[in-house]
Amino acid sequence: MAKRIHERAIWLILALFVLLLILPLVLARFYVYLLALILVTGLLTTSLNMVLGYGGIYQFHHAVFYGVGAYGAAIMIAKLGYSPWLGFIVGPLLAALLSLVMGAICIRLSKLYFGMLQISLGSLVWAVVYRWYTFTGGDDGIHGVSLPALIATPKGSYYFTLLITSACLFVMYLIVKSPFGSTLQGIRDNPVRSEAVGVNVKLQQLVALVIAGFFAGVAGALFVVVDNSAFPDMLFWTLSLEILIMCLLGGWFTFLGPMLGAAILVALRTFASTFTEYWTMIQGIILMLVIIFLPEGVLGYLHAKFRQLEGAILPGDK
Amino acid sequence: MLQVEGIRKSFGGFMAVNGAHLNVKQGEIVAVIGPNGAGKTTLFNLITGILKPDGGKVLFKGEEISGLSAHRICKKGMSRSFQVVSVFSRLTVFENVQIAILSRLGKTFNLFSPSKRFAIKETSEILTSVGLADKRHHVTGSLSHGDQKVLEIAIALGGNPELLILDEPTAGMSPEETARCIDFIRQLSTQFGLTILFCEHDMELVFAIAHRIMVMVRGATLIQGLPEDVRCNREVQDAYLGQSESGVCST
Repeated sequence: MAKRIHERAIWLILALFVLLLILPLVLARFYVYLLALILVTGLLTTSLNMVLGYGGIYQFHHAVFYGVGAYGAAIMIAKLGYSPWLGFIVGPLLAALLSLVMGAICIRLSKLYFGMLQISLGSLVWAVVYRWYTFTGGDDGIHGVSLPALIATPKGSYYFTLLITSACLFVMYLIVKSPFGSTLQGIRDNPVRSEAVGVNVKLQQLVALVIAGFFAGVAGALFVVVDNSAFPDMLFWTLSLEILIMCLLGGWFTFLGPMLGAAILVALRTFASTFTEYWTMIQGIILMLVIIFLPEGVLGYLHAKFRQLEGAILPGDK
Repeated sequence: MLQVEGIRKSFGGFMAVNGAHLNVKQGEIVAVIGPNGAGKTTLFNLITGILKPDGGKVLFKGEEISGLSAHRICKKGMSRSFQVVSVFSRLTVFENVQIAILSRLGKTFNLFSPSKRFAIKETSEILTSVGLADKRHHVTGSLSHGDQKVLEIAIALGGNPELLILDEPTAGMSPEETARCIDFIRQLSTQFGLTILFCEHDMELVFAIAHRIMVMVRGATLIQGLPEDVRCNREVQDAYLGQSESGVCST
């Protein structure tokens, strides 16, 4: 039974991928941009969920690494004049490095205390970016980053984003299913027991944080590709909260849930904000409904329903 | 194999363990008994590194291990189970045991090959030996209490220990489950040559399988000796066993 669900899921994902390949050929430019934005946000959210849903680490300020990835790439290209390709590599590496430093400090604390310290340190990084006019452009951010011709067009940047996002998701999926991922989930369920079976819990968590920081940085660099810019809001704590909500909404114990959550919220925000200023109120109501009715998230709920259905058809088959 | 000398631990002003002594020889089954709050679980937490002692020494295979972190001590060949069920509740029974084996094999930083290729045979063997093989795909949180207690021991076995420490292995089990558990512990000792240290409230179980017994009262060791010596010790009778148990002692 499990195998059959697995096979179907693979076909579904392949179909979705083909659809994402075809869509830009028929969609208006704005919708191609929107799709690219969903992919970037989904990648960011999935990277958060790797430590949140799979690792049980309260990473409350994950957007910092997204922002640092974006600024790293944008500054390398626009301010220092390096090749964009080099910028796309340096951005994520910087994010991973920052994640290592912040993680090494915060991991001494656990649960909520970790989250509090992480928010403070992250806000410090935001303040530096926000104030350092000569280097980061301050509250203006960096605009008009010039890109290679191949990815400078809307379609070009979209396909590049689709390619990199898919590759990153695939690698993250491998990690989640690896012994490293299993151990991480063990720590989420029971850190004391993990320690007692010989797992170096803090080190394991730190490595997870660095990996998650790196992929958030990749998402940041992709944002530069999609939007040609980087700005301080990318590492403001409200974005961190939003992506956390996306994880919960989509289903934080599923791999693709965060991507689904990102798609729902980004799309809703775009359409709802065309006819109301009070978009955040809608977001708040959605969050409340999800917490009350779908505690495992949309995908978590569908997953459970699907299992029940299969179970009813094939009783006893496991 | 294991030697504990004058170990101490206080929480705030309360001396939970205050000068406990214990020695366990290779191949032995040693039981720790004592009234509630005597400090048995704290003693086990001190030995396995979950807590750091305030003073005293723990020697394992001749090497001082007091103050080392729990994961280091585990890697030296000591595994434990917990009194209050402590499993990985969102994972399957199979994965619970597999994690312990992955950890022992040093695979926890293997990032890209699928978990399901590792330690399949060994995990299956352990699950079969404890009688959980047919529940391997169940999510642990949905198991009965008795099954979770058995899984406790299975996870500890995943560490392939030389010394197995069991903290009240049968607590909360039905009489049949308890009987099966006793057989299994005895089998671990006789067939696989494991050295076992356990604590237990069930006196029948203790006197049935322990080679030697250590009695703890108010955080300190009262006596460690053979079962018959312990049973007939006047101080033990006063502190713990009560008059009914002492009927077998002629003196």
